[in-house]
Amino acid sequence: MEGLNELAFVLGGVNHWITVFLIMAGLYIIVSRSNMIKKLVGLSIFQTSVYLLYVSPGKIIGGTAPIISTDFAVYSNPLPHVLILTAIVVGVATLALGLALVVRINEAYGSIEEDEVYGDGDWN
Amino acid sequence: MLIDQFPAIVVAVPLVAAALCAIVRNETACWLISLVVAFLCFVGSATMLGQVQEYGVPLSYKMGGWAPPAGIELRVDLLSGYLLVLVSLIATAVLIYGRHSVRAEIKESVRGWYYAMYLLCMCGLLGIVITGDAFNAFVFMEISSLSMYTLIALGKDRRALAASYQYLIMGTIGATMYVIGVGLLFTITGTLNLIDMAERLAPLLDTPAAIAGMAFVVVGLSLKIALFPLHLWLPNAYAFAPSAVTAFLAATATKVSIYLLMRYLYTVFGFSFAIEQTPILEVVMVLSLAAIFAGSFSAIFQENIKRMLAYSSVAQIGYITLGIALANAPGLTGSLVHIFNHAVMKGALFMLVGGIALQIGTVRLSDMAGVGKVMPLTMFGFVLGSFSMLGVPGTVGFVSKWYLAIGALENGWWWVVALLMLSSLLVLVYMGRVIEVAFFRERPEGAPPLKEAPKSMIMTAWVFILACIYLGFDTSFTVGVAQQAVDVLMGGAQ
Repeated sequence: MEGLNELAFVLGGVNHWITVFLIMAGLYIIVSRSNMIKKLVGLSIFQTSVYLLYVSPGKIIGGTAPIISTDFAVYSNPLPHVLILTAIVVGVATLALGLALVVRINEAYGSIEEDEVYGDGDWN
Repeated sequence: MLIDQFPAIVVAVPLVAAALCAIVRNETACWLISLVVAFLCFVGSATMLGQVQEYGVPLSYKMGGWAPPAGIELRVDLLSGYLLVLVSLIATAVLIYGRHSVRAEIKESVRGWYYAMYLLCMCGLLGIVITGDAFNAFVFMEISSLSMYTLIALGKDRRALAASYQYLIMGTIGATMYVIGVGLLFTITGTLNLIDMAERLAPLLDTPAAIAGMAFVVVGLSLKIALFPLHLWLPNAYAFAPSAVTAFLAATATKVSIYLLMRYLYTVFGFSFAIEQTPILEVVMVLSLAAIFAGSFSAIFQENIKRMLAYSSVAQIGYITLGIALANAPGLTGSLVHIFNHAVMKGALFMLVGGIALQIGTVRLSDMAGVGKVMPLTMFGFVLGSFSMLGVPGTVGFVSKWYLAIGALENGWWWVVALLMLSSLLVLVYMGRVIEVAFFRERPEGAPPLKEAPKSMIMTAWVFILACIYLGFDTSFTVGVAQQAVDVLMGGAQ
């Protein structure tokens, strides 16, 4: 029975495990890569984890859209979905601005490798 | 009544005006639009603060007619009113100041966009302060941050691009951490309204989700605040952004995040929980002291004056967060007063340095030899600003340090007071270096002739410098409002 409980714990929170995995994977890419585009990819993955974090608890199995009717008693909260629509827009805007900056950096420095850009010249 | 609509107006008008600037794109027209809008926001904010002070009741605006907690609430109480006045005041002043500096530093084709971004940034900062909704604060935070990255990238130097990219990565990590924290809190409370969340969170405070949420929110905001050791984006961003942007950023952006941190620690999580059950204030305390010393030491070794002042900002942010960590009335008062005071003095110093950048073309210390003789107004203002940073009695720097010291003594932490005194010596070292070079060295032979910066720049900077001295004597506005705001914070949700 012990083992079953643990299995239920792992499987029951599978959405959270995926969220945690995405957070860690995103952060790891940001820290470990020096290519600026790859860093932005990491950042996007990191932001994606938030979408899952919000949306998955909002889903109730068997729940419907929030309709005022005696036929439907169980409904899913629509608010997280709306919030995440906003967060997706924010994420897209961030990614677009980031990529635009990388294009400009490439024009100015001739490289998008972080160690070449930041190691280049005097920062003082 | 029109005043009931003011909370929506101060956010909506800059947003619409930003779009208007993006369409018009004529430099002078955009500048005028921005100036009028910023000034209107200032008048609106000051009126709302006056109203709140007079009646003692927060202004609450139901966005779209939906009553909170279901709808988004815009809420002006003493604390947010105080910050609104600060942000809109600085925004107006920097617009008056920045006309020449923008012309010199930003390409003609993008100047209209500059003003559009500037207004968006102001809209975001005002929005963070005025909103009573956790997720709405995130959206405004991203509006201000994204426009800020753009403003920084407009700097002349190509390093501005790299600095902006660096800030984008770290700022987005911070904002995402914040929104993860909000998500956890939302999952357990089912509300996003900060006041409502505080009530529903009270019985749930020792659950792991609440503590994890708190940790994410605090770390995320600390990245935005540039609390040591999460300050790495700040020196480069301040050093390579256009001068007007630096003055605006240094005076407002980090302050607004500090406001949000205070809201979470004291209003949402509650005063007693933050102190008694989590080590969060001890952590903030240690990091603040580390920030004061690491920032000041780094400032001593900078060649670039803007970068030096940026490191000094890291140290000054340490003073503000130290007040939060003291967690008593005088400490918090010191912290709130220093938010205003630091904005005024650092704004003035960055404005003066912007004048130097405009005239000399660089902000390197070695190019500034003998500048004091040819630009006496600029450098004399710089000396007075340095006195204020140092905390000489009769300047604003003294007032905030005084309250911080009283706060520390109230907790019996005399060693914090000793460290505060010691840190002032470091300020003397790094500001003294500039003054020594500017006044006691000769202009090199054959150096190009120099004159004072344009009048609009000098005058705005001097208004701030004089404010540093005036507010050092007459503390009825800063300390008065701060003390009332502290009562609101310490009393928990109102």
